[in-house]
Amino acid sequence: MPKDSGIGASSKRREDVRFLTGKGQYTDDVNVYGQTYVHFLRSDVAHAKINGIDTSVAETMPGVVRIFTGKDFEGIGGLPCGWQVTDRHGQPMQEPGHPVLAQGKVRHVGDPIAAVVAETREQARDAAEAIGLDLTELPAVVNMKEALKDGAPKVHDDLSSNLCYDWGFVEDNKAAVDEAIKNAAHVTTLELVNNRLVANPMEPRVAVGDYNAANDESTLYTTSQNPHVIRLLMGAFVLGIPEHKLRVVAPDVGGGFGTKIFHYAEEAFVTFAARQIKRPVKWTSTRSEAFMSDAHGRDHVTKIELALDKDNNFTAVRTETYANMGAYLSTFAPSVPTWLHGTLMAGNYKTPLIYVNVKAVFTNTVPVDAYRGAGRPEATFQLERVIDKAARELGVDPIKLRRQNFITQFPYATPVAVEYDTGDYTATMDKLEEIMDLSGFAARRKASEAKGKWRGLGVNCYIEACGIAPSNLVGQLGARAGLYDAATVRVNATGSISVMVGAHSHGQGHETTFPQVIAEMIGIDESQIDIVHGDSSKIPFGMGTYGSRSLAVCGSAMVRATEKVIRKAKKIAAHLLEASEADIELKNGKFSVAGTDKSVDWAGVTLAAYVPHNYPLEEIEPGLEETAFYDPANFTYPSGAYACEVEVDPETGKVTIEKFAAADDFGNVVNPMIVEGQVHGGIAQGIGQALLEAAVYDENGQLQSASYMDYAMPRADDLPFYIVDHSSCTPCTHNPLGVKGCGEAGAIGSPPAVVNAVIDALASGGKNVGHIDMPLTPHRVWKAMNQ
Amino acid sequence: MELSDSRVINAAPEAVWSALLDPEVLKACIPGCQEMNGSVADGFEAVVVQKIGPVKATFKGAVQLSDIVEGKSCTISGEGKGGPAGFANGGAKVTLTPVEGGTQLDYTVEARIGGKIAQLGSRIIDGVARKLADEFFAKFQSVVEGPAPEAEAGEEPAKAEGEKKGWIKRVFS
Repeated sequence: MPKDSGIGASSKRREDVRFLTGKGQYTDDVNVYGQTYVHFLRSDVAHAKINGIDTSVAETMPGVVRIFTGKDFEGIGGLPCGWQVTDRHGQPMQEPGHPVLAQGKVRHVGDPIAAVVAETREQARDAAEAIGLDLTELPAVVNMKEALKDGAPKVHDDLSSNLCYDWGFVEDNKAAVDEAIKNAAHVTTLELVNNRLVANPMEPRVAVGDYNAANDESTLYTTSQNPHVIRLLMGAFVLGIPEHKLRVVAPDVGGGFGTKIFHYAEEAFVTFAARQIKRPVKWTSTRSEAFMSDAHGRDHVTKIELALDKDNNFTAVRTETYANMGAYLSTFAPSVPTWLHGTLMAGNYKTPLIYVNVKAVFTNTVPVDAYRGAGRPEATFQLERVIDKAARELGVDPIKLRRQNFITQFPYATPVAVEYDTGDYTATMDKLEEIMDLSGFAARRKASEAKGKWRGLGVNCYIEACGIAPSNLVGQLGARAGLYDAATVRVNATGSISVMVGAHSHGQGHETTFPQVIAEMIGIDESQIDIVHGDSSKIPFGMGTYGSRSLAVCGSAMVRATEKVIRKAKKIAAHLLEASEADIELKNGKFSVAGTDKSVDWAGVTLAAYVPHNYPLEEIEPGLEETAFYDPANFTYPSGAYACEVEVDPETGKVTIEKFAAADDFGNVVNPMIVEGQVHGGIAQGIGQALLEAAVYDENGQLQSASYMDYAMPRADDLPFYIVDHSSCTPCTHNPLGVKGCGEAGAIGSPPAVVNAVIDALASGGKNVGHIDMPLTPHRVWKAMNQ
Repeated sequence: MELSDSRVINAAPEAVWSALLDPEVLKACIPGCQEMNGSVADGFEAVVVQKIGPVKATFKGAVQLSDIVEGKSCTISGEGKGGPAGFANGGAKVTLTPVEGGTQLDYTVEARIGGKIAQLGSRIIDGVARKLADEFFAKFQSVVEGPAPEAEAGEEPAKAEGEKKGWIKRVFS
């Protein structure tokens, strides 16, 4: 029987009332009295030396307040990188400077050269056109392997090469892995590209900087997933503004998908410029700017080898990946192809030996960083594709091959340094076979053939590491921040509750799910509880939302704080009921003395806390408000099995998705409807990557897919109805809610299912194609089948 | 992007050559050319209005002639800046060979675009460049050959087509 409130209830998303009625307050809705507008003049070449910038004419144009160039930022910190990776030889990665406005050189199309601040947006744009640029164009590097060749043009002249790092993991395993591959009964090799993507949240980035000279306080309103991270990075490393003089507000944010984690130049600029001109400065990205200034995602080129023994047991995995960093290191870029990718290469399988090599490369392209899944989709894609290829080469059933190699004992320490606490991969696969009706596939294939279409079935598993992350562990791995989170539970006098959380909701539905948890714990109505998030002046220092961490980490902090509240409330109740604290029970919003009919309700206790006329003041303080910081003991490991059925048109190569099912294990689920929505969105983006999306550069570093005419976002008619199930549940063992996180699973689990299905469809039509790189456009599929 | 083509012009190589170096002729032939000033020695300044896909822009730029082999071949290179629309640059290697009935003009065009026109128009740039090159050399041919013979030789099939259309139209309308 479904619950109608609390944990496990599909409570309707309360935030949707304002989103669906146009009442959301986004950063672009923030307008501060006296504000100016900035337009960034961006490089339209990929690589050039800046000889001079002539702003003299532009400065005289109507409405221009001031024009800034890189010179204005001399002596001011560049944008910091939040993660330092150590290479195979124990050396730190090469870490170039990242100026707010270009200094000396431009390094990618979209690199900001000058910023025009004017009374109106149009005046700023007009004046930017009048800026004279004297640039000497330099040869650009776009292809990663070319960029690593001797004599290749260098993106950063002060670095020894374009190699950011050459990472080996686990380096001590390398010899054993090489040996195992040499001695294997069968080795399947696959070379593939994980296509470069642009996140494209519906709301483009916006930043408004304000400065109050009266108290020397700066405020930045920005489209961020983590206002406290931005305050820390920008305040401490870029502009030197102490925390108590800097407020960062991320109001309603219209989608993030990772790309709004990072600290961007535009945020630092508006904050800096507002202090300089003593007026607010606003920037609203155009969609074109978003394509060339939002951090991109993925862009790996990988070779993976899977070794099997004569009984088809996996014996070793070896990978070599080139990971594009773009022209600068975005905030968490170095961690994505390493610790968020290499550590997942065991997947759901008990492969005993694994070695992952990653070369991160600078190129004259937009910086690349985390995008929904971040490293884990790249790991899952290559592993699940190579397993499928192995099954095909060996003539065995791909599901059977997977089942045979599943990890079945938990906890399980992988050879790539993580320990899965729980999971049941057989259960999710069983569930998948059931909900996908796999036994009916042969009949469906026949029906497709009757229509002249080739039908294919693709299945894969995934594992991800979420709930990022234990601070002491990530500190050892190079993170320059802790990854705990925090919540303050403020109980008001009449019993309603405001919860200030470090997590940030930009589509996840925290305003609905977080209250469900507290409502369950106390036994009061969800409507009595509100979430406050996104304003560094209101919320405790939390690290924000990414890596499917909000409920697992911030939710756990909220549980801990609520437990503290309940403990204190029980003390108050014991006093009011003249009973021993140990005998007080809280149930359905009522405190009662065990074994008696004496009770006081929730609001009676909260009122006593704030009107302490009858109160144990000598023992406890008045008031009812508690804060907890929660640092997870481990990552969480959601897992699942996905299946996709496609039809391929043999005439055109056009792929249509006919059926798609996802069987996930997210541990405990607070709101099944929201979880399902998260999975739907993730799958849509995964199918987008598999069939449609690609950011394309030409050999000169020109971004050729920078509008929705050329960058194909998935649309409703590209997507099937999904069959989503998360009834398989092995609760996380180390957080109080037993939750694992569900935000990225769909994007991680779906691309290999789609590609495996297309390869299977082609095989059914007699075309044995080893691999097709994403996106599987009709052109690519047709080419592959007509080779 | 690279493309090449060849056409025979019904004029002596000397006449073709001098037309090729004449800013007035170039202005008349470059599609969308609004202004063209300068000389072979100093180079030309040009203003060209072009629409590439969704982007319409005024390109201001310089045209240089180089690798000049008098009467035989040269390279025409140009670089245009379209402000916020981005830039286009490229060159055409042109070779003249006397043939029966006139001069064979061979050309190889190389073009590069950047900025917004690359971001929005890359898909169609090959087609656009081919069309512009065709337009340029067709116009050039007609200017060099003079209007009268061109009208007779060049428009005959077009006229036939037109008549046919007219006839179909008469029947079906």
